Formats: sequence, C-alpha cells, structure tokens
Amino acid sequence: MTASLRRLVSDYGMLAVLLLLGLVFSGLTLEEQSSTDAAAARRVAAAIRRDCPERPRVLVAVRGTPEDGLFADALRRELDGVGAEVVDVVRGEPQAARAALEKLAQAGGRLDAVAATQTTGSWLVFSELASDFPMLGGPRVVVPTSHHWPNFLTSDNLLNIANQIAVIAIMAIGMTMVIITGGIDLSVGSLAALSAVLAARLIRDQAGGLEASAGGMFVACATAIVICGLVGGLSGALITLCGIPPFIVTLAMMLVASGLAYIASAGQSIYQIPESFVWLGRGSDLFGLPNAVVLMLVLYGLAHILMSRTTLGRYLYAVGGNREAARLSGVPVRRVLLFAYVASGLLAGLGGVIMASQLKSGSPTYGTMYELYVIAAVVVGGTALAGGEGKILGTLIGAFIIAVIQNGMNLTNVESYTQKVVLGLVILGAVLVDRLRHR
Amino acid sequence: MTTAAPLLAMTGIEKSFPGVRALRGVDLELAAGEVLALLGENGAGKSTLIKVLGGAHAADAGGLAINGRPVSFRSPHDARAAGIAVIHQEFTLVPGLTPPENIFLGQETTRAGFVARGEERRRAAALFRRLGVTIDLDATCSRLSTAQQQLVEIAKALAFEPRIIVMDEPTAALTPAEVGRLFEIIRELKARGIAVIYVSHRLEEIFTIADRVAVLRDGRNVGGQPIDRIDRAGLIALMVGRELADEYPRRQTVIGRTRLAVRSLCRGRAVRDVSFEVRAGEILALAGLVGAGRTETLRLIFGADRRDSGEILLDGRRLDIRSPRDAIAAGIGLLTEDRKLEGLVLGQSVRENFALPNLGRLSRLGFVDAGRERQAFGRHVDQLRIKVPHQEERARNLSGGNQQKVVLAKWLERNCEVLFFDEPTRGIDVGARHEIYLLMNDLAARGKAIVMVSSELPEVLGMADRILVLHDGRVTGDITNGPGVTQEHVMQLAVA
Repeated sequence: MTASLRRLVSDYGMLAVLLLLGLVFSGLTLEEQSSTDAAAARRVAAAIRRDCPERPRVLVAVRGTPEDGLFADALRRELDGVGAEVVDVVRGEPQAARAALEKLAQAGGRLDAVAATQTTGSWLVFSELASDFPMLGGPRVVVPTSHHWPNFLTSDNLLNIANQIAVIAIMAIGMTMVIITGGIDLSVGSLAALSAVLAARLIRDQAGGLEASAGGMFVACATAIVICGLVGGLSGALITLCGIPPFIVTLAMMLVASGLAYIASAGQSIYQIPESFVWLGRGSDLFGLPNAVVLMLVLYGLAHILMSRTTLGRYLYAVGGNREAARLSGVPVRRVLLFAYVASGLLAGLGGVIMASQLKSGSPTYGTMYELYVIAAVVVGGTALAGGEGKILGTLIGAFIIAVIQNGMNLTNVESYTQKVVLGLVILGAVLVDRLRHR
Repeated sequence: MTTAAPLLAMTGIEKSFPGVRALRGVDLELAAGEVLALLGENGAGKSTLIKVLGGAHAADAGGLAINGRPVSFRSPHDARAAGIAVIHQEFTLVPGLTPPENIFLGQETTRAGFVARGEERRRAAALFRRLGVTIDLDATCSRLSTAQQQLVEIAKALAFEPRIIVMDEPTAALTPAEVGRLFEIIRELKARGIAVIYVSHRLEEIFTIADRVAVLRDGRNVGGQPIDRIDRAGLIALMVGRELADEYPRRQTVIGRTRLAVRSLCRGRAVRDVSFEVRAGEILALAGLVGAGRTETLRLIFGADRRDSGEILLDGRRLDIRSPRDAIAAGIGLLTEDRKLEGLVLGQSVRENFALPNLGRLSRLGFVDAGRERQAFGRHVDQLRIKVPHQEERARNLSGGNQQKVVLAKWLERNCEVLFFDEPTRGIDVGARHEIYLLMNDLAARGKAIVMVSSELPEVLGMADRILVLHDGRVTGDITNGPGVTQEHVMQLAVA
C-alpha cells in the first residue's frame, strides 16, 4: 500500500508545487471584497426577514453605478422572495435618499428597513433615522457584511486561468506522447497558426464567410485539423523511415508550416467569420465552465486512459524506454512513433482552431513560440526529455503551474518583461526540484 | 601471520541500498603480487564490493586500508589516485574516441592547455606493446572487436601504474587464445608486485590463474583460502551454501520431428550459407568463437536483421519473416545476448516488461486487463522463482539471474514453440544457472525446439543434444553430443 502511495507522490509531486503557488498568490492578493453580488443581496434579504416584522417595508438605496444597479435588482428579487415590500429604490446621491425618506414620511406608513451597500449604508442621511424621521418608526439600516478573499481564488479568476491555458494544455497532450517516445515536436506552434489560418480561410471562402452555417464551420475546422495531422504524419514518416532526428525534422516542419500559414493568409488576419464561431473559444455552456476548458478536461481524461490502460500506451512507454528491446519484443515501433507525431499534429491543429475561435479570426502570427511553452508544461509536469516516463496528468499540472504564475504576476502587477524572466526561472526551479526528488 | 600490513585490507564493509542489504560486513585481505579470485552469486555483493573498492560507492560502515594506512574514497578519482584500477564488466570506453583518447580520458597529458596527442599516442603504443598486442591506435573504439576493447580497458587501467587491479569478468568475450594472453599479462603484473582481484564465474580459469580465492555469499566473505586447498565442488558448495549434485542437470531426451529448418541463410560476411534443423524436444547448441556468426544467425531467423537470402521453415511451412513481430507471431522467441540493452526496458516494472510481447493476449479491445496481467505474471514468478519484492519493481533493480528469468517469463507466456537462448547464463551465478538449465530441460521435455548460443564449452557439452559449430559465418560442424565429444573436438571445429 505504501509503495503505491509513494509512487503516486513521486509521479504527481508537482501538484505540491502548484498548490504552493496557489497559496502564495492567494496570500498576496488577499483583499476586502466588495459585496455587491447576488449572494450578498441574499444575505441582506435574509437578515431583514429575520430581524423585521411580517411583510417588512424596505427602502433600497444604492449608488448610480451599473454594479450597484445590478445589486439593487438583485436586492429587489431577494426581498420579493422573502415577502418584503420594496417601497422605493434610490439610485444616486444622498439627496435622493433624503427626498425619498421625506416622501415616505409624508405619505405615512412605516419603514422597517433600509437595504443598502456598505458605501450607501454609511451615508449621513441614514445615520440618525430614528430622530430625523420619527414617523417612519425607526427603520434599521441593513448592509452586507464585509469579507476578505484572495482575488486569485475568485471563481472568475480561476476560470480565467483555465481558459488562458486551455490551448497550450491541449497541445501539450500530444507533446507529452512524443516526448515519452524519446522525441520532440518543435512544429506545434506553427501548426496551430496554419490550422487557424486554414480554418478561417475555409470558412471565409468555402463555407460562406459571415453567413457560414454551423456545419460549414465544423467541416472547415475538421479539415484544418486533419491537415495538421497529416503534416505530423509526414514528420513521423521522415523520422521513422529516414532515421532523421526528430529535432531536425520538426524544426524544418516548423518553418514550412509557418511559411504555408503566411502564404495561405497572404500575411493578413482573416476575419470574415460569423459571430457564432466563438462558441468554442469564448462560450461557456456547462455549469459556467468555458467550453475550451471542458474540452481540455475531456481530452486529458481520454489521454490519461490511453496512456495508463491501453496497449498503445504501454507501447509508447516501451518505445521511449528502450526502443531496441521493444522492437525485439514485437512492438510495432514505427507505427507507434507515427501515432505519436500524428497525435501531436492533430492536437496542435485543434489548438489553432480554438485560438481562431477565441479571437474570431485566423492569423499566421498565432502560436508564435507556443512550442516552448508546451514543452515547458510537459517538462515541468515531470516528463523526462530523455523519454520512457512521464504522466499525462502531470503535464496538466505543469500547464497550470505556468498559467498560475502568469496570472499571479498579473494580479500582483509585475511588469510584463519581468514576468518573462520569472517564468523562465520558475521553470528551471520546478525541474530542479523534480530532479532532486528523483535522485 | 604476516607482520607487515597487507597491501589491501577491507574490514567490516557494509553497504545497503533501498530494500537491499548488499554487504553485511565483508572482510577481505590482499597481498602484493597476489591474484585473488572473488566468487559469489549475483546478489551476493560482488559488484557492490568492487564499486566500494573503486570509489563509486561509499560504504555505510567499515574501513579500507592500503599498506596499513586507512583511506577513504569519495569518488573513483580518489581510488585511482590511491592506486586502485577497476576494469568493469561493462566497458567504460567512449565509442567515438580512439584508444589513446580513451586511455587518457580525464587525465589528459597537456602542454600549455593543448592535449599532447603525440605523447599520448606514444605512451599508448608502449602500453600495448607491453601487453603484447597490436591495436589500431587511430580507429574509434566502436570499430574494435569486444576483445580489443577489453585490451584497451586493460591498458587504461595500467596507464597509471596501479598497485591493485580489479578485473570483473574479463574473459566473457575473449577467445581461448586471448584468455591465455590475458593470463600471461596477469602473471607479468604479479611479477611486478601488482595485486589482481579476479572476478569470474568460470571456475576452470580461477584454478588456472588464482593464488587465493574469496567467496561472497549473502553479503559476507565465507571463505578465503589458497586455491590449492579447495576443489571445484568445494567452491560451488561455498557459493551456494549447498552441494550441487549435477552442475548440468540430466534429462531424458525424447526427440521428435523437425520443427525449425533453416536453409542457406546469408547476410553479408557475417552469416554465409548457414543451414540446419532443430527438432522437437532437442537442444541445439551453436558453438564457435566470438564473431563466428552465432548471434547473427539467430537474429536473422528472428527477423531482427534483414537477411540477404535464405529460407526459414517452421513445421514444414515457409515463413516470411521480415521483422521480430513476424517471428513472434509464428511462435519464435529470442532471449538476447545482452538482456539489459536488448531484452528489458530497465525503467519499467517487471510486470510491464513481462507483458510487452503478450499484450495482445492480456488485453481486450486495446485495454489492458490489469487483473489478468497480474495473475499471469504471478504464475511465472512462482514457477520460475523470480525474486522480486512486488510486481512494480523496476527491472533495473533486479539481479542478473532474476532479470533473465523475467525475460524468459515473457516468452513462456507466449507459448513459443521455438526458443532461442543467446548466452542464457552470462553474468549469472551458479545457483540461478542451475535453475535456468532445469527450465530449458523442462521446455525441451515439453516438445519445444531450443537453440542455445553459448561461449562456454562445458555448458555446450553439458546441455546440448547436438552441437552446430560455426566459424567465420559458415557451418564447420554438426555433431551429435555424446560421451566421446570433447571440448577440444568442438574447439578444433571452431578455429578451423
């Protein structure tokens, strides 16, 4: 039992680094949160219901900002929900509140509570309600309680992190497989650009441009992805049949693919794409999770099962661990290597399509330098460049480590050039930690 | 009792690795000009002891003393500076460098920052002259034969005037003539006062060259005595802790019809028109010198190399073998000569290694059935008595004998009808060897056809039903084994 636990820790040890980073950035971004969201409104309404008599009469007071306006609407809904009667809503300055209070006092009838924000609740007009407006019967001012929470850990921010890294993480699946076989694929960034450009161009020219149907867009994207898969296959063929080192082949493909992307787009960004195209890159249909993130999680799940439970997964590790021994044990080495490079190409193509969807356009400049971030994610996640070992989920952790660092530095206002230096150092550090652990 | 301190004294050496207590208090003494044979099963601690002596490992406890003075080594460099040279079983030459470059690697002779290549070359030539051999000083070591590489290793050890030389299985890849020359070199070293620790499994050699013998068993030295006070049976008994009734187990041979027939196999100059047959229940040994084409022949049949011409028939049916996959599908298995380089993926678990050629049978729709895999491997672990703490143990952590058993389990699971054993007991201790011989006999008894390549003539004569002798790529003899067949007989054909 302890042997398998120890192996689990050893395989996914970078998770500790990720959690540590999360902790650090949470600490650095701890702030008083403005409570003007739906949850706060609910709390205010609950408090009013608790402390006031049946069918309380409530005045809602907020500032004129849009955020406060939304809060007022939320308050209204919640107060209706608890059976309160909203007698008036003040949106603006304290004078408006004074006017509203005077109007209420004149019309007679009591006022049980004033539902306000932390800001409006501290207006002077509300400070002496019992003495200033005796006819109202001494209403209480109810504001949401303040709470501290790290900006880093808000659901918005976490989803943002996931969305930012989705493309790189998806491409890193293929890269992990290639690296496990002892190879490398430097062409993924250019393939993403090629895919984005091809998809955009096919939509613009063949599927009807701005009038393109969903089916047309799908076919365009599928074609782009398949073409990238074929390029990956070509790389794989050159590597396995001609014996050229993967570094050289994929380096050459990187240049070829990038050139093709520029040719196919005439160097411009192709933008004649319907709005509905952004569904993949910007939509979020499932429980508020961005679609790209959902796709990423699904693909990682499938890849994990492939690598850990299937014959093909075993073959990938064996080919990387000792190619000759694998060959002499009957493993179809060439086919396995081909699969790895085709997979890498396909996933790079998918990454490009997602980018095109996120930016609603296809440009040959997309994906520049992505291969480095993708490789960094794989290596930080614990996969050795020499091949033969490494976990797919480790790569996911590695990708998140990179994303968390970038996001954290943004939140803590680190200058963007410094960010690059820090990122490089952290990647070195993460790999060093990993090496020391395995010593 | 000597009053002077011995050249080398190791006292109470202990060394443990995770999960293994390799050395449990080893005492060893060595006198100047003495050849001490170091014997022991794999797993007994020999390699570890040598690594401690050579400075590659630091002992957990115990002490080393040279000429009475205590020393401690923090690296192989320290050991070398103290006059200890180790020639490992696995060569440490850089294949892309020439012999002089390898000999002086790490200790280059420099003049003003530049390597003095001329001087190194001269010194290398002198070393080889003293060894009585000629080696091409400009060839990269990758192009030298194994025997020649060995000589470069010896020259490398001698380059720095050591006081003690440790030779780990030095004759594994040498012809008898080369072994003879090695022994001459050792005798000359003795005359110069250099002590030699000679590690080998080949008992005849030990009786020829050693003065004293030390036996390691279970991490302790169980017998240090002069060679003339013990015999072969006694040595084996010390090593395994029991009497081995038959070194080569006897069996009833029931030979059936021809299973594998090979006709006119050719591949360049390595294999030239080789033809033979193997029958069910038969063990055919391929004998010959290093480079005669035995391994190459097996690899050709197995599809590991592409053949120029020739036919392979299994049970009368012609096979078109173009890759190991084809051979395996036809029911042929190959236990390679070098299990670490070609037989196992060392970084993976023994279970995964076992499963590699068997995944078709152990999986469904591409998904590996972990339960069936574990059960199947468990069966072999029991039957073959493979010593592993658990199935997830990395293959590299096993001893040589157990590694070989895992490789065997791989092929047994496939129910191969024809099995090729290439040097099946190389680097394996006596106890494990015996087990492997029993397994081979058992397989033959079940009707399999077995071809065994072996460089140890006693093994060939002890195990084979028929002996095929190769020389320079050609078949020079096809003998039926029997009481009249001698080692000389086979050797004559091998050098024909």
